[in-house]
Amino acid sequence: MPDDQPPPYPRRILVLFAHPTQERSEVIAPMARAAANLPGVTVVDLYGRYPGFAIDVDREQAHLRTHDAVVFLHPLYWYSTPSILKEWQDLVLEHGFAYGSSGTALHGKVFFSALSAGGPEAAYCAAGYNHFTIRELLQPLEQTASLCGMFYLPPFALFGARTAVEDGRLEGHLQAWVRLLTALRDDRLDLEAAQRLPVLNGALDTVDREG
Amino acid sequence: MGGVLVQAFIYLCAAVVAVPIAKRLGLGSVLGYLIAGIVIGPVLGVVGAETAEIQHFAELGVVMMLFLVGLELEPRLLWDMRARLLGLGGLQVGLTVLVIAAAGFVLGVSWSIALAAGLILSLSSTAIVLQTLSEKGLVKTSGGQSSFAVLLFQDIAVIPMLALLPLLAIPELTGLADHGASNATEHHHLSLVDGLSGWTYALVVLGAVAMVVLGGHFLSRPLFRFIAASGLREIFTAAALLLVIGIALLMTLVDLSPALGTFLAGVVLANSEFRHELESDIEPFKGLLLGLFFITVGAGIDFAILMQSPGTLLGLTVGLIAAKALILFALARLFRLERGGDWLFTLGLAQAGEFGFVLLAFSVQAHVLPVDLAKTLSLVVALSMLLTPALFILYERWILPGLERTAKLPPDTIDEQGTVVIAGVGRFGQIVNRLLVASGVRTVVLDHAAAQIDILRKLGIKSWFGDATRPDLLHAAGMDAAAVLVVAIDDRERAVDLVAYARRRYPKVKILARAFDVNHLYLLKKAGADVAIRELFDASLNLGAEALRTLGVHPFKVEKMTRAFRLHDAQGLDEMYELWDLDPDLSRNRALLARVREHGGSLQEAMAAERMDLHDRTERGWTPPPKDYTSALQGEAPADEASSQTRHDIRHD
Repeated sequence: MPDDQPPPYPRRILVLFAHPTQERSEVIAPMARAAANLPGVTVVDLYGRYPGFAIDVDREQAHLRTHDAVVFLHPLYWYSTPSILKEWQDLVLEHGFAYGSSGTALHGKVFFSALSAGGPEAAYCAAGYNHFTIRELLQPLEQTASLCGMFYLPPFALFGARTAVEDGRLEGHLQAWVRLLTALRDDRLDLEAAQRLPVLNGALDTVDREG
Repeated sequence: MGGVLVQAFIYLCAAVVAVPIAKRLGLGSVLGYLIAGIVIGPVLGVVGAETAEIQHFAELGVVMMLFLVGLELEPRLLWDMRARLLGLGGLQVGLTVLVIAAAGFVLGVSWSIALAAGLILSLSSTAIVLQTLSEKGLVKTSGGQSSFAVLLFQDIAVIPMLALLPLLAIPELTGLADHGASNATEHHHLSLVDGLSGWTYALVVLGAVAMVVLGGHFLSRPLFRFIAASGLREIFTAAALLLVIGIALLMTLVDLSPALGTFLAGVVLANSEFRHELESDIEPFKGLLLGLFFITVGAGIDFAILMQSPGTLLGLTVGLIAAKALILFALARLFRLERGGDWLFTLGLAQAGEFGFVLLAFSVQAHVLPVDLAKTLSLVVALSMLLTPALFILYERWILPGLERTAKLPPDTIDEQGTVVIAGVGRFGQIVNRLLVASGVRTVVLDHAAAQIDILRKLGIKSWFGDATRPDLLHAAGMDAAAVLVVAIDDRERAVDLVAYARRRYPKVKILARAFDVNHLYLLKKAGADVAIRELFDASLNLGAEALRTLGVHPFKVEKMTRAFRLHDAQGLDEMYELWDLDPDLSRNRALLARVREHGGSLQEAMAAERMDLHDRTERGWTPPPKDYTSALQGEAPADEASSQTRHDIRHD
């Protein structure tokens, strides 16, 4: 299958794109398109590939083996991923593949989540109505990555996503997204520094070693 | 009999030789026919005086063309066009008459003759222009639509012109041409309205038009349905011809234009479910008769007059085209036609038309024009028609490339035909259609059962009567523009034939077919179907699943088992196609038979042995880790864990 071929770059990136209503998506779908245009990045539209949620475990596992970084690209649904990404985790991250004594297939691969959130950034803190930071809310993903031996990065988030287009914030976000993927792909991202951030966005300039 | 055969042979021979050559040279079929006529007429002299007779017969081609044009045009579209029809058409005719009459007057012709010539030359050739536009696929462009509106206005304008021309009669000519007049009355054979007073005439005419409209609306459907029920295709064709010829006859009887009458009938029938079938039945007759008409025009060109004063004639012709083009271009600008469309409009309509011949003959009879002038003008009309293909070539070779360089042409107006053609709307195709229509997809539905179509139309589903395996009907249904063909006809063999034909003829169209069983599915795939689906598979699986649920199996477990069954089946289907392809005869294909048994066995085995295979396949992802998994982890870290570049605590409770 041609889209299963690994791209020839220092770090091959697999973007798992999950949005159930793509025709209404103003942020995530444009991000998926931008990523798909980048050489060295493979974008998989999960709702497109598995409209009936019948995920092909072998195919997904083979796909994971040929990439060095895994990105969940999704809107934030109830402080988590859309359901197909959870289904994907339940099925694909098998004992003996992703965890357990012989489950080492994902060891050392980079993982992060790129998401859009409806609420403003101020809402995601102890004093805000969401009470937790976005990184805290995604702790299940962080621990899953950890159990799989992956290198976890904080989320790349766009807050107030419902008005991003009207406020003229989308273009800048897309540029930052492409820059982030490019730096990760070409191994120019300072992973240790990035790992300590609350979100990946703001500190791109300090983290990207060459750009 | 012999004479007729010789004539038919000569005309057909000329057409068969000249038209393909003309098309190959990029000149279009119309020029091919005209050249064929010139060769057998003025050049070789094998046909002669009878061309005028044949031309009357061949005018039926024009009549049929207007009928087909009407069929394409629903009343709503006609209403949408009213501004262009009256504005563009009215101004074009009016201005052209004025300019030509003024030019004639300046050249020293009396005002009545100048005005008559203006009226006659203001018309353009519906036959040539529409034929060329449809051959080049330009009918639906904005330039094409504007041209069509003007042509339509001109065809309607012929009627008042016929009424107006006798008023321009010149006394000197009336006295001169008495024997000519007797000739003319002989020609004016049957008429219901000779010698009627003004208002009775109007009543009779209105009655005839009402007959066409009301008859077309109320009588045509039951009649066609009755004929369709007989299942005799040739009788349906005969009925279609009868309809067209009958209306043409009726119109002639009341001195109206037959072309206009059939056009009206076409519009009335445009919404009928029989539209596509009528179209594909009349189309070949129209093509041949129109070709015959153009041959007679070519054959009728009087080269003697041309030789006497070639300069004057060419000057008149070029002057006429230039004047008409100028007026058309000014109108195109005034009505803000799109770029490109304006040039198509300007160059396409700049000639004089076949109704010019009719009006010229009429004018001579009515003592409006002297015979010599009429002969000259008819040569000018013919020459301008001959030059039309050259103008289209000018448009294609010089104007279009220039436009494409400066700006991309605006997209054509969206084709009104559907993007999915559904052949067969029985219990299967009907559901496909309902889903597509509900999702906002335009469909064209074809079925051979008139009763079925009738029901669907009552439910508000756009459907056409016709045999979907007919190539011409598929074409009329818009297969050239379609993205998908759904084959759901009940006749298995014809379904396979239809898939094979559509695959050959329309390589870009995706073909989705309904299969009755596996063997049929393989046949459809082999014939070129992109997707073939067994009609019973999903429903049977659903019922089987329902049975399992009824037996108390957990619904999600049933879901997993049916998924597994589906997967197992799909894999077997693909594998066995390879074997089947080697020898489709099931009884002699031992390898296939063996594989079928093995495949069935593997499924049964899987089900019988605690259904373990199936469970493994589908439950795999939800299978919990081994019971002792965490204690093993707490004991010692895996060997490769230590060697991996990052250290993680993977203790888990």
